[in-house]
Amino acid sequence: MDSHLVARGVKRASPGRFVMWIIPWTLILAIGLYATYLCLSRGLNQTNMDNRFAFGLWIFLDLSVIALGAGAFFTGFLVYILKRDELRAVINSAVVLGFICYSGAVLVLMVDVGQPLRAWFTFWHPNVHSMLTEVTFCITCYLTVLAIEYAPVVLKNRKLKEIPGFLVFEFELHKVMPILAGVGTFLSFFHQGSLGGLYGVLQGRPFAFREGIAIWPSTFFLFIISAAAAGPSFILLSTWMVSRLSRKKLVSENVYRLLAKISGALLTVYVFLKSIDTLTWLNRTAPGFGLSGMSFFLWAPFNVWILFVEIIVFGLIPAMLMLVGSGKLRLGWLVLSSSLVCCGILLNRFVMTIQTLALPTLAFDKFMLYTPSWQEVATFLFVVAYGTIIYSLSFRYLRLFPQETDLKQNPRRS
Amino acid sequence: MANNDSRNFPVVAEPEQKFSKARYGMIIDLDRCTGCGACLVACAIENNVPPDPPTSTERTGITPIRVYRADNGKSFPDNESVFFPVSCQQCDHHAPCVSVCPQKAVEVDPTTGIVGQIPVRCLGCRYCMAACPYHARYFNWWDPVWPKGMEEALNPDVSPRMRGVVEKCNFCFHRLQAARTKAAAEGKREIDPADYVPACVEACPAKAMTFGDLLDEDSEVSRLSKDRISFRLLENLGTGPKVYYRSEREWVRTLGEEVVATKGNVHG
Repeated sequence: MDSHLVARGVKRASPGRFVMWIIPWTLILAIGLYATYLCLSRGLNQTNMDNRFAFGLWIFLDLSVIALGAGAFFTGFLVYILKRDELRAVINSAVVLGFICYSGAVLVLMVDVGQPLRAWFTFWHPNVHSMLTEVTFCITCYLTVLAIEYAPVVLKNRKLKEIPGFLVFEFELHKVMPILAGVGTFLSFFHQGSLGGLYGVLQGRPFAFREGIAIWPSTFFLFIISAAAAGPSFILLSTWMVSRLSRKKLVSENVYRLLAKISGALLTVYVFLKSIDTLTWLNRTAPGFGLSGMSFFLWAPFNVWILFVEIIVFGLIPAMLMLVGSGKLRLGWLVLSSSLVCCGILLNRFVMTIQTLALPTLAFDKFMLYTPSWQEVATFLFVVAYGTIIYSLSFRYLRLFPQETDLKQNPRRS
Repeated sequence: MANNDSRNFPVVAEPEQKFSKARYGMIIDLDRCTGCGACLVACAIENNVPPDPPTSTERTGITPIRVYRADNGKSFPDNESVFFPVSCQQCDHHAPCVSVCPQKAVEVDPTTGIVGQIPVRCLGCRYCMAACPYHARYFNWWDPVWPKGMEEALNPDVSPRMRGVVEKCNFCFHRLQAARTKAAAEGKREIDPADYVPACVEACPAKAMTFGDLLDEDSEVSRLSKDRISFRLLENLGTGPKVYYRSEREWVRTLGEEVVATKGNVHG
């Protein structure tokens, strides 16, 4: 029925099967849309956030998807700037994932702010001292870059390619791709860092506050490196998952191994720097405020285990597995390691958002927790469903994995 | 006590004072505060804070002053408690909320040192709330609605805030403007200090609150702020609050200055 839209040389599931896959996600999307409508029309009283938990599930989601979407900028950087041509096998998929992550984050942010129609105020009277201003500018620009990077992938669709104007436009876009990759890398570096800086500058929140270099707290640099490490892992994991779900070989095994090697190397650097940062914070920054850093870990359920899990289980272990074993271990181990890396980035963003706000600062105040409302969860799932649907459609009708045809004809090359 | 102590903490040294004209501050005598809540009510009425809807909780309601109760953790007969009325502390140095706001909706008035919130410019991102160590900022989770007839009693000098923006105490800035207008009408360049007193200070039946210009050496607030029993909340963070607290009891002073060091003696 839609075979004329599917790329030449690849096989996709039957239309019926595809519709059956899309229906549940569409249902989640519809529920999420209703929840979004409730939040926008009735206000943020529909959430369980409060004056203490001013940030909640949505900000955690924003930080997480933007970190996972870092695969787009980092793969672009490796392919177009450092000329690692092996990664061309996943660059299209990385761009689509990046676009989904960033646009999803912007969508949720628009629901999360109390006055979404005033979003343009930040561009009109920006406070240049605010990390959030930097984040807003960079994310807006980078989402535009991602949309332009996504365009040639879409225009390469078998049917769209028949229109000469699109073909020429797509060809011209390819010429500027290295420039876009460079711009994207610069913007990404900055806003990943600014998202970390968002918390690191909070002098009033000793748990999050970090010293640093010039105006940038250490979290600025840690967020950049952790996102660069998690990005390739997320691409590895998502490619493997798509491959399993579609029962097709999409990229050769050496691509998985290269992604694991890059992720492992960056994660090793990150774990090293994060450990130094944690020790500096415990022994210098926190005592500078006249308190013991360990006092923050007295409040269950956020005890020392969280630090151990973040740095060792989700950091050191996958870093070593991927760095040392990227050439030798079975693929399953690399997939497991990249899952741990992705969990690690989620836990880190959770700690920065939720643990920071749960802890009291005033000695006579309470430790507090918060449970998201169904509207918050539904909006969260809305983004997941939105991402799945966009990716599914892209996978079906666009050539996300250029090696797929080749691997189908010569399976041994995998 | 350590009221003007910039401490020796490497991270947070407070710089020299840079405001030239006035620097309004408040002293709250904790030994006098009975926790009656008159300051809260006066503040809400003066500043057109709408009644909380039935579905609101103590964590979503708007209380520009919030009264915390704490005790010394001892059992009877040695048990003692204290009430901490906490509003915006009007940070003087590196006000955490000012630097983080992405669109300059929070500004410090250089002539008075009052930290002001501009609701019509606020995006409602709540980053300032996450940044404030005193949890003294409140979000309008609901549309402001008053019971029928009650809107007639609104204060015409204060704009009600819309849903989706942050608000906080601004030392009843509109009263300062009224005092300035009065002074100008009388041909004076300076206001009479008695003409500018925030609603909470005026309402306190125990006279636990004192307000005035901290730079005026002759003022009561200036004298009390330098008293040995005066202190500021979370002094170590170096935000330089202009709200001072006083207590003869050492455990109270320690409790106010400490950063998240103790557990279990809090009652709301």
